[in-house]
Amino acid sequence: MARETEDLAQFRAELRSWMEENCPQEMRDGGNTEGNICWGGKNWKFQSEAQKTWLERCVTKGYTVPTWPVAYGGAGLNRDQEKIFHEELKRINGRLPLQSFGIWMLGPALLHFGTEEQKLHYLPPIARGEIRWCQGYSEPGAGSDLASVQTKGEDKGDHWVINGQKVWTSYADKADWIFALVRTDRDAPKHKGISFILIDMETEGVSTRPIRLISGASPFCETFFDDAVVPKEQVVGEINRGWDVAKYLLTHERTMISGGGQGLGGGRSLGAVLSEEEHGLEDPVLRSDAMRAEVDALAISLTLERYKDMAEAGQGTGNASAMLKYMGTELNKQRHELIMAAGGSDALEWDDGRAPNWLRTKANSIEGGTSEVMLGIISKRVLGLPG
Amino acid sequence: MAKLVKSEEEVMLADAARGFLDGAAPVAHLRGLRDAGKTHDPSLWKEMADMGWAGILVPEDAGGSDMGYAAAAVLAEEMGKTLVSSPFLSTAVIAATALRQVADDRAKDALSKIASGEITYALAIDESNKFDPQATDLKAEKVGNGFRLTGEKRFVVDGGLADRLLVLAKTDAGLTLFDIPADRAGVERTPQSMIDSRDAAKVAFDGVEANGEDVVGNVDDAMSVLKPALEAGQAVLAAEVAGVAAGAFGMTVEYLKERKQFGVQIGTFQALQHRAAHLWCETEVTASAILHAGRKLDEDPENATLAVSLAKARATATASLAVREGVQMHGGIGMTDDFDMGFYMKRARVTAEWLGDYGYHAAQVAKLRGF
Ligand SMILES: Cc1cc2nc3c(=O)[nH]c(=O)nc-3n(C[C@H](O)[C@H](O)[C@H](O)COP(=O)(O)OP(=O)(O)OC[C@H]3O[C@@H](n4cnc5c(N)ncnc54)[C@H](O)[C@@H]3O)c2cc1C
Repeated sequence: MARETEDLAQFRAELRSWMEENCPQEMRDGGNTEGNICWGGKNWKFQSEAQKTWLERCVTKGYTVPTWPVAYGGAGLNRDQEKIFHEELKRINGRLPLQSFGIWMLGPALLHFGTEEQKLHYLPPIARGEIRWCQGYSEPGAGSDLASVQTKGEDKGDHWVINGQKVWTSYADKADWIFALVRTDRDAPKHKGISFILIDMETEGVSTRPIRLISGASPFCETFFDDAVVPKEQVVGEINRGWDVAKYLLTHERTMISGGGQGLGGGRSLGAVLSEEEHGLEDPVLRSDAMRAEVDALAISLTLERYKDMAEAGQGTGNASAMLKYMGTELNKQRHELIMAAGGSDALEWDDGRAPNWLRTKANSIEGGTSEVMLGIISKRVLGLPG
Repeated sequence: MAKLVKSEEEVMLADAARGFLDGAAPVAHLRGLRDAGKTHDPSLWKEMADMGWAGILVPEDAGGSDMGYAAAAVLAEEMGKTLVSSPFLSTAVIAATALRQVADDRAKDALSKIASGEITYALAIDESNKFDPQATDLKAEKVGNGFRLTGEKRFVVDGGLADRLLVLAKTDAGLTLFDIPADRAGVERTPQSMIDSRDAAKVAFDGVEANGEDVVGNVDDAMSVLKPALEAGQAVLAAEVAGVAAGAFGMTVEYLKERKQFGVQIGTFQALQHRAAHLWCETEVTASAILHAGRKLDEDPENATLAVSLAKARATATASLAVREGVQMHGGIGMTDDFDMGFYMKRARVTAEWLGDYGYHAAQVAKLRGF
């Protein structure tokens, strides 16, 4: 192995002892699952004292958002240090202290498009887990064709009046704020009349209604705007140029959904998971399918690494996130098919937990842009195919 | 580990290779060889050796440039793109890696002759229709101070024309690797006419005499020299195969933009767009496995097996898809010999088998991942 530079080795050593001292035992249970995520927010109820302690300690070091600048609540880590951070966290089987749409999506967009004032105002509460965000993109008539959103914002001088409906807003009923795509110029071509607006969910006229999913749990909502009054300055980027912000944010969302960092079973071998079943990998067809899936999972994980290395070297392109999202989510669905197959009738009971996870993965290739939309982006933007 | 991005040096090497190969060895070169009933062009190999390619894995004190496996993979990928026929893999990668595991003068001499392009090698390993070194049955019987080799090898790639053969044989208490000249008494070579128009042969050993000098490494311990050589061969071959996929894919995307039916370019049809886009995704994912395998062999060779098998498995699968889609999306013309796609399809099939097929390498991955 190439040896780490002295600086990095020292960073690793310090981080290791910090984690040893500060990560509570209960937070070292093998990493994150859908059910144990700390989402933060005004209404967040910690699942344990340890979850709270771990968050607070990480906040003081900026480790909830390790790569964000220190001024906005991060730790200012570079890519090498970030890698080490995740390696060390994995070494102690530690959970991430905080996850949220603010971290995955809005944060990167604000860092890129926000004014200094906006960054200082919105980013630190995300880093501290105080404000939870949700995403108001999709509408009943605007799914894959996202740029046709109709929710409208009227310019009233110092404020907007917003009317319309969003759908599929994940965790809207739990979130404190929403970032929304709003049509602010009805006469412009569809991509040129959208603004990216930040809205407090407590604003009068904003309401939500839950949607039940096939996987049972229901963190999804319809969100309604009924003459909601929003201060004018809560626009990110230029007015009517929100599509640029929206697209940039989507590249981060897609990389995240692809498994960036912790998906694909958190690096756990599918063979190891399936071997624990009553009949393990006895079935030759299951075994062969699982072997293929494992080969693909390892190669896709390496691809996530490679694209991060490329981004750091200034060779990244946003279109690549479409590839990561497509490959990562299709594989994740396949993985859960195999988990169900290996589980047999045991996995069919609701309480077992595997079925809801399996059902939930079906959304991976829909949310954040469908697989078909990803392939469309690649064929046009990467391959330059006509039409 | 070094970053999973090609270094500036690697990019320059690729560009230089591409520049040379586009002139000296486009697919038409392979076609020309085939039409002339040949499988190899010694003058092309001489030029490659003069550019330092033959010595890319030879230590500097033996006249090589010792640039490492990731660099060798970069060259192989470029060769794959235009199906360049040369003994690069057998000689400059497999034989050079085996020989450099041994620190004696004989090995050093052989390495310097590899680097200068003076000698070529082939690895004689397969005895059945599948790669399985552990099942080696060719016997090297102990006779006095030496050995007598009896048995048969097949699918000896580059074996019809190579100057020397690395032969894996069974000895009293294990396997032993021999390095013997291909014209030694008792060696009989029968060329195999392969679909990819490249050199391969069956080699019969009828009581071939060998002595201690001919053993690479130690008797009964072939694997300590052969394992690194095989892994190097598999990883660099995977890179070549990724190049084959890239070559076929490039032609296909061009054709989608060019060919018209129903009054429009066929690339406007979403059914084809999505398949092409999917194929691109597969090639990108495979590229990561290839680069990673090269880095692993350069930096942590003792623990590279998983990375290498991952690369060979992925490359095999991707190239297979690329050539199948390549023919299909070209329609009838894809089936004609006048058109190059067939050459890609045949090379992809041969390389799929060489040094372990998809099943072999997927099984390696599974084993190392606790299946
Ligand atoms: C679990 C879940 C969580 C979500 N969370 C959020 C959220 O928090 N915030 C938010 O804003 N949105 C969210 N979404 C919405 C998601 O982004 C949309 O569902 C998605 O963009 C697809 O839109 P649609 O559902 O209208 O499907 P449609 O666009 O109606 O698609 C239907 C089918 O047609 C295909 N199709 C559409 N256009 C094309 C084309 N050009 N070529 C080929 N095929 C095409 C699609 O691929 C799909 O198979 C969520 C969705 C799910 C399922």
